[in-house]
Amino acid sequence: MSMKASTRQVSGVTIVDLSGRITLGEGSVVLRDTIKDLLGKGNKKILLNLGDVSYIDSSGIGELVSAFTSVQRQGGELKLLNLTKKVHDLLQITKLYTVFDVKDDEAVAVGAFSS
Amino acid sequence: MTVQPPVSHTMESTLESVNKAEVMAEQAAAQAGFDEDARGGISMAVREAMINAVMHGNGYSPDKHVSLSFDQAGGNLVITIRDEGPGLDPNAIPDPLAPENLMKQSGRGIFLMRAFMDDVQFHKLEPGTEIILIKRVPGH
Repeated sequence: MSMKASTRQVSGVTIVDLSGRITLGEGSVVLRDTIKDLLGKGNKKILLNLGDVSYIDSSGIGELVSAFTSVQRQGGELKLLNLTKKVHDLLQITKLYTVFDVKDDEAVAVGAFSS
Repeated sequence: MTVQPPVSHTMESTLESVNKAEVMAEQAAAQAGFDEDARGGISMAVREAMINAVMHGNGYSPDKHVSLSFDQAGGNLVITIRDEGPGLDPNAIPDPLAPENLMKQSGRGIFLMRAFMDDVQFHKLEPGTEIILIKRVPGH
């Protein structure tokens, strides 16, 4: 299943709804290009909704890390929403779960961004 | 659980091969009797080993191939991936969990292989690298 990304705005936060697999190749590129595009347009509060992300490999994890550092470098915030068990477990074992601010409720996640 | 004879495949150094290998691994793990969680881990480990072989080993070269084989031996599922690249020293890969490496974009493949398999072995070939992934079959 190829990766798809769509964006919407909620209270000044850009929510990126991702679906599919974030893996080496197309999936990673879609995420990278989406983040680059958003930052280029000045969107610095980004919430990645991973509720429909069925699979992520080490390259996909790398792209999440890269997205986090890119946004942070531009003075923004990136948070994660709705991790599946698989993605949650991968971020746990790679010690990245505590690096990201992870939420399981969209309203709470949006409210967690600095005003 | 069904004991299967060894199966070997020669594959091109492409992302398509990586994806195919992942599916084959899931099927081999299912035939060996692993549950869903274990199958996911095994197929991920194979995916990471194939990425190493295709990308880092063979550099996506159309002149180089990857050999992938599945075997059940001694109560274990044994998966062997061989590339034709310059060779890999797993000890030279920085620890991805070390604080200074945590936010690096790459370097987690071998770690993930070790996380999901009971044993991961690296052997230098002439030329290339052989990665052997071993997982004990349930009930053995």
